[in-house]
Amino acid sequence: MENKFEPNMLAAARSNTPSDNSAWIASKKYCYALSLIVLILPLLSAYYAVTSGNGLWLWGPFVFLYAGITLLDKFFGDDDANPSETLVEEIKNQAYYKYVLFIAVPMLWLAVIVLAYVVTQYEWSWFSFLGAALSGGIMAASGVNIGHELGHKVNDKGQQLAAQLALALSGYGHFVIEHNKGHHKDVATPEDPASSRMGESIYKFVLREIPGAFRRARALEVARLQRLGKSEWSMQNEIIQTALITITAYALMLAFFGPLMIPFLAIVAAYGYWALTSANYIEHYGLLRKKEANGRYERCKPQHSWNSNHKVSNLFLLHLQRHSDHHAHPTRPYQVLRDYNNVPKLHAGYPWMYILALFPKVWFSVMDPKVADWAQGDMNNVNMDPVAKDDRFKRYHRKTL
Amino acid sequence: MAKFECPDCAYIYDEDKGAAHEGYPAGTLWADIPEDFPCPDCFVRDKPDFIEIAEDK
Repeated sequence: MENKFEPNMLAAARSNTPSDNSAWIASKKYCYALSLIVLILPLLSAYYAVTSGNGLWLWGPFVFLYAGITLLDKFFGDDDANPSETLVEEIKNQAYYKYVLFIAVPMLWLAVIVLAYVVTQYEWSWFSFLGAALSGGIMAASGVNIGHELGHKVNDKGQQLAAQLALALSGYGHFVIEHNKGHHKDVATPEDPASSRMGESIYKFVLREIPGAFRRARALEVARLQRLGKSEWSMQNEIIQTALITITAYALMLAFFGPLMIPFLAIVAAYGYWALTSANYIEHYGLLRKKEANGRYERCKPQHSWNSNHKVSNLFLLHLQRHSDHHAHPTRPYQVLRDYNNVPKLHAGYPWMYILALFPKVWFSVMDPKVADWAQGDMNNVNMDPVAKDDRFKRYHRKTL
Repeated sequence: MAKFECPDCAYIYDEDKGAAHEGYPAGTLWADIPEDFPCPDCFVRDKPDFIEIAEDK
């Protein structure tokens, strides 16, 4: 298993023959459905909290997602299997895979509604309340992940609507536009508010990412509406459409469950935002596309994304961590995303990296040497935070030619 | 009418159909599509990358 990035070697998707790992790949189909169990965890934790009277149960889904998935990743390890060309052709358009997601979307909403019911109909300490809200936040975060997968399928009205419903849970309705047309175009350049720079902590990044993403989405949608001859406030504005779903749902929950919904939903939505920030932060940290002679950036290549090939987190995150293949082919559905040889690799699954990112000193000490290796010691080839530039050059720049 | 294919995701711009959702109605000629037009499926290839499909039949 090749783990080290060799800058002079060409990155390539590892191709497997049809017989390689075929049993595992066949069973994977059902593992995606099995991973829906995570969306049932809030219901179970709510049930145990109510029956036992112990509010700590409400922390269950939140703790499981970080600690549980990280431990399962350690236990089950890497996923060496790539689907063969024949299998790709067979399963890439199979409706089954999108129906799994169609089932997941209402489950996310149900989980949040059940948690909202439980926190308002029973007495809990503030700590248990926080656990319930963060567990709801995990559902909002899953909504962003599922909305991401669905949102790329721009030709399928059903998947587009499901993406809007999934993203409405966290009020991130502008995501599909921002991500497809903005992030994918500008990824791994200083112009992209959703690509983090070397030396930029996640706390600094978030202040650039959240407003930058919204501004870019709005500009793109206004430009599209202008071509259609519509005003920004037209009902065809997809940002407004999703916002209306969010507002309606949140207002109903406020009406049914009372004022406690204000902090609850604020935490749920904020957590969804934060999870996306975490993902954006770790997916392209420090990586930079070169500028070509004509002033355009080189095309996004496999070496411009950080990957993780762990089995369990990849099932739950719909292969989001096979990020190089995703950026190489944004419309490729999750079930056929492939692992590449010789691409930048993180040493753990995304959930664990999200935790590391919370501690900038730890994050820098783990990731900065990796970025320097990736750039072969030439810090001019790194997407660099201008404030950190002098320090990082002093520490890592080895090219003096 | 001419057709042009995205080299990455195989989306086909057909002048007969246009790209209505993106604001280019049916009948919009390829020549009238702006240079910075991104593929309306994958958004990672632009107009200059597209390949004209030879007329079949």
